[in-house]
Amino acid sequence: MTPKRKRLWLVVGSLAVLGFAATLVLTALNDNIVFFYSPTQMAEKQIPPERRFRMGGLVEAGSVKKSADGQETRFRVTDTNKTVDVAYRGLLPDLFREGQGVVAEGSLGADGVFVAREILAKHDENYMPPEVAKALKDAGQWRK
Amino acid sequence: MIPELGHFALILALAVALVQGTLPLLGAARGDIRLMDLGRTAALTQALLVIVAFGALTQAYVTSDFSVANVVANSHSAKPMLYKISGVWGNHEGSMLLWALILALFGAAVALFGAGLPDTLRSRVLAIQALIGVGFLAFLLFTSNPFERVAPAPLDGNGLNPLLQDPGLAFHPPLLYLGYVGFSVTYAFAIAALLEGRVDAAWARWVRPWTLAAWCFLTLGIGLGSWWAYYILGWGGFWFWDPVENASLMPWLAGTALLHSAIVVEKRDALKSWTVLLAILAFSLSLLGTFLVRSGVLTSVHAFAQDPARGMFILGFLLFVTGGGLALYAWRAPQLQGGGLFQPISREGALILNNLLLCTLAATVLLGTLYPLFLDLLTGNKVSVGPPFFNATFVPICAPLFAALCVGPYLGWKRAELWPALLRLRVAFIAAVIAAIVAATAIDGRATLAALAFGFGVWLILGSLSEFGQRLVRTGFRLPPRASLGMTIAHAAMGVVVLGAVGTGAWNSELMQTMKPGDRASFHGFDVKLERVESLNGPNYVAERATLLLSAGGKSYTVLQPERRLFTVQRRQVAETAIHTNLLRDLYATLGEGDAGNGWVIRLYYNPLAPWIWLGAALAALGGFVSLSDRRLRIGAPQGGKRARTRPAVQAAE
Repeated sequence: MTPKRKRLWLVVGSLAVLGFAATLVLTALNDNIVFFYSPTQMAEKQIPPERRFRMGGLVEAGSVKKSADGQETRFRVTDTNKTVDVAYRGLLPDLFREGQGVVAEGSLGADGVFVAREILAKHDENYMPPEVAKALKDAGQWRK
Repeated sequence: MIPELGHFALILALAVALVQGTLPLLGAARGDIRLMDLGRTAALTQALLVIVAFGALTQAYVTSDFSVANVVANSHSAKPMLYKISGVWGNHEGSMLLWALILALFGAAVALFGAGLPDTLRSRVLAIQALIGVGFLAFLLFTSNPFERVAPAPLDGNGLNPLLQDPGLAFHPPLLYLGYVGFSVTYAFAIAALLEGRVDAAWARWVRPWTLAAWCFLTLGIGLGSWWAYYILGWGGFWFWDPVENASLMPWLAGTALLHSAIVVEKRDALKSWTVLLAILAFSLSLLGTFLVRSGVLTSVHAFAQDPARGMFILGFLLFVTGGGLALYAWRAPQLQGGGLFQPISREGALILNNLLLCTLAATVLLGTLYPLFLDLLTGNKVSVGPPFFNATFVPICAPLFAALCVGPYLGWKRAELWPALLRLRVAFIAAVIAAIVAATAIDGRATLAALAFGFGVWLILGSLSEFGQRLVRTGFRLPPRASLGMTIAHAAMGVVVLGAVGTGAWNSELMQTMKPGDRASFHGFDVKLERVESLNGPNYVAERATLLLSAGGKSYTVLQPERRLFTVQRRQVAETAIHTNLLRDLYATLGEGDAGNGWVIRLYYNPLAPWIWLGAALAALGGFVSLSDRRLRIGAPQGGKRARTRPAVQAAE
């Protein structure tokens, strides 16, 4: 095999692998991107039920309620403009608290309640998730 | 007084680094031996000064000197000593100082053990290493001074984040940084080689041990971090595709590729410019990881306090290191003459395939990590790319990598036949297929990706071991060189990790139940009884501890005692999981919120093969260290063969 043909094979092989990877990436991005919406955006957009997305804001003070068996938590998330009811079944992260920022991933139930499958935990209690900070800013309420 | 001493030492270190980063370069260009020798003295002085600075900060932490702002923010007098010390690097400023310390120590190591290197190459490596040091020291002094005072000094500090008060996390950052910073040495060697316009086997013999050492530490650091996440975050997962985890995975992938391509440079004098490029990329990805963590541009569980100024500084530095490196590469790389020719089916060809796939993996992770950033900048949409994306891209690309991994070691250099190699792997192949079928029928009940992945895990282990066994038989049971022994261990370790990941990720099961003392539940053939929940006091926390009695077939099996700790200084709760392992599976319990009236929420997990993930990571690092101990790889050791340098080494790196 001449060096020229060998180089050709190398290039063809590399392109094949990269093409395969690109196809995987593009289809995966199409199917698996999770959008973030603030409560205001959730009210504006018609989000179909079962579409998985993230939402976030502040946990409204006094809104956290436990179910009788202690496993389900219901609370309201607000960007100070609009408010959304959230239900979550499972152990809450250690930093979950009223008045603190929260990001939840899940989907809308038929009754308009956001059913969270995951509540994101943070290392640092002073840390405000950038999405939440932006949502609050958009609602005109964010002050440092 | 002592903090000021540390601050002053840091300023001096910056001055020394500036000298070390410029004059030896000039000396190398002019052939002035005195200027070149300056590099060695400067490297040792710089290391000494940074050690003094680090020692000063450690002293402030150990003695709880609350006149130092950094200690106030991150320490407390009631904290156990281990966490007072680990608190030094448990925050932004201190961890950057640790980074600068390791950087300076590695520079000093090159100066000490690099007597066998040509003078110009050594002085250039030391200069590049110093220029990286200038970046980090300036970053520390101008944006994140750890020695800042606070007046009046408060009586006590705010304490360290409770999640970080854990033995696993005390050693996670130093190991990770040893890995990240280790790639700075290979970067320095790559830039120096480009300046010299020459890459040869002697160069590769230097680069490979450094890559290997950095790779081992990075492997241990990632493994430790994953283990910590597994037992502290309380939901039984071991890898979350969090941006910061990805940030450590990318340099690992690039470093793994570099490790393999450096072999080709060393043995066959080929793939030179590609190896240099990989060395530049591996360190750039390490820096990118730092940027992602420190700037807070991505939502992550790790995010340090956000500070745009720090982010801009690191971004600028990253652009300088990557952009400068790549520009120099574009200019000088065509001068690097390619050596040995080879056929596509050969050891070289297999290693190219390895590099191609590993780099594709790194690119996939990079894209998934940065995509939310791009989309935000371009459209303002906030999105996140989570595990489903990575499962759909990363895992399929692993399949050809794992399939080829066992075949590569059978192929000879230059030209080889594929079929005989495959024939010798038939036993491993048949065993892997049987394992996949058994997994599909016995565990999943149908053919699934998990069963296929299980087959791949068995293939990796048996394929690596069979190559080793056949080599033993062929050589009359003489132990192969340690480099090859290390390869077998590390390759088989990948299989162990895969099996652990499949078991924990696909075949785990969980039970969540609200229980009062005396309540029983049944879980995986165990009878679980909540015996009691009691309060207890730790050194700096109060806790609730549940006692769960597990019995099987009427006989008591084990006791699990998960806790919920409330750290009194920070008013924060941390769950302390209880894990019982028999190395084949983990029984994992966490205690949720509750009280005597309503009962407590108890969560139980059954994680098959979970310990194998970290066992595999430790084995992989062990393989690396075994290979590192090979005589032929010893830094500065004289080499046999026609390319050998005849000058004997002064010191051997032991």
